[in-house]
Amino acid sequence: MIALSLLVGAWALVEALRDRAPGRGHLIGLGVVEVALVVLLVAAAFAAAGGDRPASGVTFLGYVVTIICLPPLGAVLARLEPTRWGSVIILVVCLTIPVLVLRLHQTWQVVTSG
Amino acid sequence: MAERTAPRTLGTGPGRALIAVYGIFALSATARAAVQIGSKFTEAPLAYLLSAFAAVVYIIATVALAKGGETWRRVALVSCSIELAGVVAVGLLTIFDATAFPDDTVWTDFGRGYGYVPLVLPVIGLLWLRYAGRNRAAA
Repeated sequence: MIALSLLVGAWALVEALRDRAPGRGHLIGLGVVEVALVVLLVAAAFAAAGGDRPASGVTFLGYVVTIICLPPLGAVLARLEPTRWGSVIILVVCLTIPVLVLRLHQTWQVVTSG
Repeated sequence: MAERTAPRTLGTGPGRALIAVYGIFALSATARAAVQIGSKFTEAPLAYLLSAFAAVVYIIATVALAKGGETWRRVALVSCSIELAGVVAVGLLTIFDATAFPDDTVWTDFGRGYGYVPLVLPVIGLLWLRYAGRNRAAA
């Protein structure tokens, strides 16, 4: 998941450095990231239903809402900005997602250790 | 080069990238404040109210940058200034008087929990406002 997001981010960085706008491929990349996020969260929901719950359900939910909104937000803004800065937007989003996934992971780990 | 930069206004080009970053912060700060206030408000009311305040400022800044125009430019200027003042004040407070804020906010330790982005963001915002304002004057 993290690697996937970083990959799309790296691609966006290359386009930004080449002074190019994000293409259809980047939007598809963001779409793939979004789908992967949904899959991850559905898996998390099943784990939670199975009794393996995060320490703070509310915190977890907070991160989930934030993280799910990111790829669509990035895609909309990137389409509004058909310049190199559109690529920068995708880069920023793709750098933020791994951080949030790591945080999400942390909220889960507190449980297993305690 | 002049032709390329002249038509740029607040909410386009680099400004749009700035909006994206502000948007992300508005979103995550709001989520954080909502979680803190909703689940454990009594533990550290001051810190959580500050979280909510920071979230509101980020939202205002995001909207102002996106809207553009002279009035919104001023709004953006004020909100970026508040952010800078907030992150510096809370940063200093959390270092010299850790008991004032028993729980973290976005601005704790100069925004360390967020990779110091909260400290850098308003500075970039203010610089961009200045730059975009100058372009307007020239055009």
